[in-house]
Amino acid sequence: MLAFIIRRLLQAVIVMLTVALIAFTLFRFVGDPVNMMVGIETTAEERAQLRQDLGLNDPIPIQFARFVANAARLNFGNSYQFKTPVIDLIADRFPATMELAFASAIFSLLIGIPMGVYTALHRRSWRSNIFLAASLIGISLPTFLIGILLIFLFPVTLGVLPSFGRGEVLRLGFWTTGLLTTSGLKALILPAITLGLFQMTLIMRLVRGEMLEVLRTDYIKFARARGLSDRAVNFGHALKNTLVPVMTIAGLQLGSIIAFALITESVFQWPGMGLLFLKAVQNVDIPIMSAYLLLVAFIFVTINLIVDILYAVVDPRIRIDASATA
Amino acid sequence: MTPVLSVQNLRVEFPTRRGILTAIDDVSFDIAPGEVLGVVGESGAGKSITGTAIIGLIEPPGRIASGQVLLRGSRIDNLPPDEMRRIRGKRIGMVFQDPLTSLNPLYRIGEQLIETIRTHTTLSESAARNKALSLLEEVGIPAPDTRIDAYPHQFSGGMRQRVVLALALAAEPELVIADEPTTALDVSVQAQIIALLKRLCAQHGAAVMLITHDMGVIAETADRVAVMYAGRIAEIGPVRDVIKQPLHPYTRGLMGSIPSLAHDSDRLVQIPGSMPRLTAIPSGCPFHPRCPRAFTPCPTFRPELAPEQKSEVACWLYTAFPVTAAAE
Amino acid sequence: MTTAAETPPEVLMRRPSRLKAILDSDLIYSFLRSRVTIAAAIVTLVIVLGAVFAPYIAPKNPYDLTQISILDSNNPPIWMEGGQAPYVLGTDDQGRDVFSTILYGSRQSLAIGLMATVLAGILGISLGLIAGYAGGTTDAFIMRAADVQSTFPAILIAMLIDGTSRALFGEQRNEQIVFWVMVLSIGLSFWVQYARTVRGSTLVEKSKDYVLAARLIGIAPMKILFRHVLPNVVGPVLVIATINLALAIITEATLSFLGLGLPPTQPSLGTLIQIGQKYLFAGEWWIAIFPGITLAALVLAVNLLGDWLRDALNPKLR
Repeated sequence: MLAFIIRRLLQAVIVMLTVALIAFTLFRFVGDPVNMMVGIETTAEERAQLRQDLGLNDPIPIQFARFVANAARLNFGNSYQFKTPVIDLIADRFPATMELAFASAIFSLLIGIPMGVYTALHRRSWRSNIFLAASLIGISLPTFLIGILLIFLFPVTLGVLPSFGRGEVLRLGFWTTGLLTTSGLKALILPAITLGLFQMTLIMRLVRGEMLEVLRTDYIKFARARGLSDRAVNFGHALKNTLVPVMTIAGLQLGSIIAFALITESVFQWPGMGLLFLKAVQNVDIPIMSAYLLLVAFIFVTINLIVDILYAVVDPRIRIDASATA
Repeated sequence: MTPVLSVQNLRVEFPTRRGILTAIDDVSFDIAPGEVLGVVGESGAGKSITGTAIIGLIEPPGRIASGQVLLRGSRIDNLPPDEMRRIRGKRIGMVFQDPLTSLNPLYRIGEQLIETIRTHTTLSESAARNKALSLLEEVGIPAPDTRIDAYPHQFSGGMRQRVVLALALAAEPELVIADEPTTALDVSVQAQIIALLKRLCAQHGAAVMLITHDMGVIAETADRVAVMYAGRIAEIGPVRDVIKQPLHPYTRGLMGSIPSLAHDSDRLVQIPGSMPRLTAIPSGCPFHPRCPRAFTPCPTFRPELAPEQKSEVACWLYTAFPVTAAAE
Repeated sequence: MTTAAETPPEVLMRRPSRLKAILDSDLIYSFLRSRVTIAAAIVTLVIVLGAVFAPYIAPKNPYDLTQISILDSNNPPIWMEGGQAPYVLGTDDQGRDVFSTILYGSRQSLAIGLMATVLAGILGISLGLIAGYAGGTTDAFIMRAADVQSTFPAILIAMLIDGTSRALFGEQRNEQIVFWVMVLSIGLSFWVQYARTVRGSTLVEKSKDYVLAARLIGIAPMKILFRHVLPNVVGPVLVIATINLALAIITEATLSFLGLGLPPTQPSLGTLIQIGQKYLFAGEWWIAIFPGITLAALVLAVNLLGDWLRDALNPKLR
């Protein structure tokens, strides 16, 4: 078990370094950092001096090492647009994206899993067909379109729920939360649904597929042959075996929710990291772009790691060595 | 004495887009209490389907199209699902081929045993656990008090099948259907498991329907044997008689194809051709295209099981062919 | 085995033609049985034809600045008050005819989507074959790259590539480059699945005896693998391709919506929706909603076809 964790940690480090390399390449070689940072009036000598000061004339590997060391200390330099430290900008917007991501993740799990189970157990009912049809639509609609349609339906036509912004937020230490105010909660609803709908349909289809597979296995057949009740078979046995692989994929999905939040933030002008990244791409603000890249990579890698360990904890076949055979 | 199981004219169909597939057709046999009936035949002959139909686990769109299944004289094939569920495990137990996939990998075997026991009895958790321990001992699992908390993947194949037997017998059924219980096991372990099966059922007073394609197992274990071909029973009778003096040409072919240590032979006898697919069952007697003794009525008229000496056989060689019989 | 010369004429006459064999196959059968799939195919066909023949069908060319009149902007559809011919579905804020823009925009979306999918397919299949055949470090390298890339959602990768091109070419990128940048960025985001599937098949085939035998004779094993791996892989690859096509179209629309895609002078469906969002509260819903419906219908139809294809090609369900 320990060896397993160490191996996965090593893999994680390798991935992070690879991403760091890409981020560094972006940072250093796309466009000229010096020219992006200074104004037009700066003379050529001043630019050369700046280049020297920033260490841009040092050998590349040293620059890369410096980049990685800085990144580890959360020092990503200053934004080209705002001239303020990138890390401050990101930290400021981090809570907004996180709250949105978690709200939509909970939404997608709470609705997706039961719907998936229902459609697997009642394969031919009309309700199942409706759910499946709805899921197909959910997968086909791009996130931004869902947002637009929701905006059209609720704020525009029905006049309820805000169509942009985060509402009132309270500051708790370094975290700002919108969960404790009514306007904050109301502002969270549409974005959370928009972000979560795609994930929800994904989870629903996943649960359905897995459960159908599990229901076909020999051990389910044997459980029925032993006279176990439908409830015991479907929920005690089938569901548990379904949720194990589903849980891992759902965990991975959480990572991509954080990335997709970008689109939702754009539609609803939600002040999160995604919107920051978007503006950075539009204005070629490289420090923000590379910092965001590293941050997202880190989140993904961490989630992957946690999910892998969780899998080992839940599935006894991985946890316990098969060496203890009779 | 009422037989434990009485199958009468059972017919199982599977509607497919190419038409209706008849998996078993007009199958009838009885099993006496405590008796071991072997059901033997090639792959696809319908042996497993018969077992699955008896315990009521045919998946739709497959269905029992006609015929009856009687357990101790009362019909069970037309019971509502709830009542059939109560019969499963409690009065009829079933064991499948692959012990690895028969057990839920995420639950300890103790949990699975206790769950089965408590489904069919009113025992408390601790009483059920004691019963589980004694079952494990009975099936020969060493150190049951530690092994009861182990997971299926921590057992070897033979040990797993013992656990499966314990699970099938947990509620003391009157009939155990064993569908190829040893096929997935090592040869060295097969004999042990078969012996265990026979001993357990004798001790618990359960009859056994032993489905297999291995004639050797039948010879060792069964009291009577039914030979199936293309979804029908070709011959059924006491094991000794069917093996020593097979009546049906198919059975004769089967016996002849077993290599013998008693005398040398140059080549293994083979029955020419292969068993027909269920979508292309020949008319009349399904074996007639491969039968060395086929004659006039065989391609057109289908023989029924009829008594002959100590067995029953479905073959025109033994039944007088009625002149006025209409074509099938 | 009888040769053609020995086959008796009666057998020859009774042997069904290839066409009949295809028509009889499970594939076509399940297609015709499902009304939903037929509907999906029709919708796709309609949109594709509309896109292909856009110059002939569209009343006006929305990309041609001389044909746009700003005086006609923000007109409602023709059946509402204030609507006027030939603007059947109304106009946007620049005076472009929404219906025409939908047609031309679909053209862009489909073109980018298809080419990106083909690019991803070619790249993925090639890398998969190479990884599977070469093994060793090449394989490990390619698979590591795949792992790293698959931790990121495609949209991020596409945005990154787009952002990079923006930095490299500056703001003056003309429409041609933007088009290919989009094809490239979307295509590069999606190769992983193809690669993994093809690599799996290649590994299976590589260890078979006939490959060894072929190498002994001196036939280039790549040729062997091509002939034997690719046919096995056609089914799953097609399924992946349809899913990818839908995702590619969505990605392109999203990039356009975010302002990172095609320039506003050549709007695609995504761009129109972005423009339209601003006017939703003003009650001018047609600018966003009609392109939205078209986009949704297109992706839905492609997804349905993909679903049908996957079920039809799945041997387990037969």
